[in-house]
Amino acid sequence: MIKLQDMTKVYPMGKRELTVLRGISLVIEKGELVAIMGPSGSGKSTMLNLIGCLDKPTSGNYYLEDREVSRLSSDELAQIRGQKIGFIFQTFNLLPRLSALANVELGMRYAGGVDRQRAMEALTSVGLSDRANHRPTELSGGEQQRVAIARAIAKKPPLILADEPTGNLDSRSGEEIISILTSLHAEQGITLLMVTHNANIAHHCQRIIHLMDGQIESEEKV
Amino acid sequence: MKRWLEPLATAWVGVATHKLRSFLTILGIVIGVAAVISLMSIGRGAEARIISNIESMGSDLITISPGARTWGGVRSATGSVQILTQQDAEAIAEQVAYVDLVAPTYSTSLQLVVGGENMNSQVTGVPPEYQEIQNLEVAYGTFFSDYEYQRGAKVVVLGSEVKETLFGDADPIGQQMRMGTNIVRVIGVLASKEAMFGSPDDAIFIPLTAMQQMVAQPRTAQGERVVSSIALTVSDEEQADYVVEEITSLLRTRHQLGPLDDDDFSVMSMEELASTLSEAIGTMTLLLGAIAAISLLVGGIGVMNIMLVSVLERTREIGIRKALGARERDIWTQFLIEAAFLTLAGGIIGVILGWVASYLVSSTGLITTVVTTDIVILAVSVSVGIGLFFGFYPAWNASRLNPIEALRSE
Repeated sequence: MIKLQDMTKVYPMGKRELTVLRGISLVIEKGELVAIMGPSGSGKSTMLNLIGCLDKPTSGNYYLEDREVSRLSSDELAQIRGQKIGFIFQTFNLLPRLSALANVELGMRYAGGVDRQRAMEALTSVGLSDRANHRPTELSGGEQQRVAIARAIAKKPPLILADEPTGNLDSRSGEEIISILTSLHAEQGITLLMVTHNANIAHHCQRIIHLMDGQIESEEKV
Repeated sequence: MKRWLEPLATAWVGVATHKLRSFLTILGIVIGVAAVISLMSIGRGAEARIISNIESMGSDLITISPGARTWGGVRSATGSVQILTQQDAEAIAEQVAYVDLVAPTYSTSLQLVVGGENMNSQVTGVPPEYQEIQNLEVAYGTFFSDYEYQRGAKVVVLGSEVKETLFGDADPIGQQMRMGTNIVRVIGVLASKEAMFGSPDDAIFIPLTAMQQMVAQPRTAQGERVVSSIALTVSDEEQADYVVEEITSLLRTRHQLGPLDDDDFSVMSMEELASTLSEAIGTMTLLLGAIAAISLLVGGIGVMNIMLVSVLERTREIGIRKALGARERDIWTQFLIEAAFLTLAGGIIGVILGWVASYLVSSTGLITTVVTTDIVILAVSVSVGIGLFFGFYPAWNASRLNPIEALRSE
C-alpha cells in the first residue's frame, strides 16, 4: 500500500535550513492499522502530510499503491487525495456554514461526485443519521469528529490518515472515536494511519512506529 | 444535485453568509449600471425624439440651399456666386427622376402692422405645393389655392406663434394687415407643430407670385430669379440618395462649375439630416455612458478588494477543500463564480434602478426615455465581465495556497 524509501524533508528557514525528516524508510501493507508516536517536533505531522500527498518530499521515493507519487504536480496530488485518501484532523476541520450532511457530501465532491445516499450511509455508520441537518456549531466535539470520519469514509478511500483524532476531545468521546475507527478497520479493511500522543490509543493498533528527530527510532507490534 | 450546479450553490452560500458586506460590495456596480442605463436611455430618448421630429417634417423631404454645407467640413466660398434660381427648380422638376413636388421659396424681412402691433418679421413666398411638401396643417381658414397663386393674390397664412403675437385671441381670418407697403389679408392659421428646426409656428407664408409683386426679387446676370431655397419631395424614399446625386450633378452643370470647384449649394435629404443628427447624439450618449462606466470600474475594484479579504478569511476553508481533493481549477472557479455572481446581482439590481430612474425622468415629460434591450444586455454582461476580471486575481491567489499552511491558519 505505502512504501517510503529514504524520504527526507527540508524546510528553508530564511538562510538556514530546517531538516524535519532525515531519511524515512517504511512499508505499510494494505489493511494495516498503524499508530505513529513521538514527541513534538519529531516529524510525525510532516510524515503524515507527505503520506497524505499534501506535500512533496525533498528527496527519496514514495510509492502509493505501487505508483511513484513524490514528483507529481500539485493537481495530480489533489486528484490522489480526492480518490485515495481520507483525512481526519485533530481540529475536525468541518466547514461551519454547512450542515453535517453537506460536509460529508463535500468529501465526495472532488472525488467523482456527490451521492446523497452514500453520504447518509456514512453518517449512519458513525451513528449520526439523526443529526444530518445540524451545523457543526450545534454538535459536540465528539459528534463533529464523527462527522469528519463520515466525510473521510464516504468516498470509500483505500487509505485513511488521522492526525491526533482524539487530541481535542475528552477521554470518553476519544474512546468512542477510537472504537469507531477500529471497527471501520475491522469491518471494511481500510488501511489506517494514526498519529497520536496517547499510548492507550496507540495500543488499539496493530503496529506502533516511534519517531524521534525525524527518524524512525523503533517499531513495535501490539 | 447536478455537477455544474454545485459551484453555483457554493458561491451562493459564500455570498449569503455576509449579506450586508455582499450588498455593500455590489453597491458600486449597482450605481454604475444604473447610471449607464439611465444616461443611455435618456440619450436614446433624445435621439428617438429628434428622429420623430424630422419624420414629422417628412422623411421624403429634400432641401437645397445656396452656399456650401456648413457641417461636416469648412464652409467655403461664402459671398461668391452661389445662387439658386427659380429656373434651377424648374429644371429639377423636369429633369430629375423620382422627384414629386418642387417648391422654390424666397424669404425676406418685412414690417408687419396690425392695429397697434408692429413687428419686423421674416416672410416666405412659396407656391401652394409647399404645404404638402412640408406637411403643414391648417388649424383654421385655408392655405392659398393654385388659383390664388396664379393671380398673385395678396393673402397670407400665419404660423400659430405669429397669430398669437399679432391678433391675440381674436379671430384673424379675413383680417387685413400691413406688410411692408402693401395690405394683405389673412386666410389661414397653421396648426402648431413641435419641431426642432424651422418650426412653422414663427413663419408667415404668402404666394411667391404675390411676393414678387411686393418686393424686388434679385436676379442673376442671366436674368433668372434668385430663390432662398428649394424644397422638394421624392416619390420613392428609397431613391432619396439617387435624387440627391442627380440634383447635385444637374445644378453643377447649370451653375457651370468646373470639376475642381466646390458645390455652391447644398442638398440635404431629411434622411441624411436624421442620420447625421442621430450620429451626433449617439456620440454624446456614448460619452455619457463612458463617464458612467468609470463608476463601474471603481465598483469592480471594490469587488476585488472584498474578494481578497474573503480569500484571506477563508484560507482554512480552502485548505480543507484542497485536502479533500480540490484541484487549483476547482478553487479558482469557485471564487471566480462567486465574484461574477456578486457583480451579476449588482448588474441586475442596477438595471432595475436605472429603469426606474429613466421612468421617473420620462414622467417629468421633458424627454421620453427609451430603455433598449441592447443596453440592458450590455450592462449586465459588462458587470459579469467586471466580476470575472477583478475576481481573477483573488481567485488565482486562493488556488495557489499551500494546503498545509492553509489548514494551519486560524
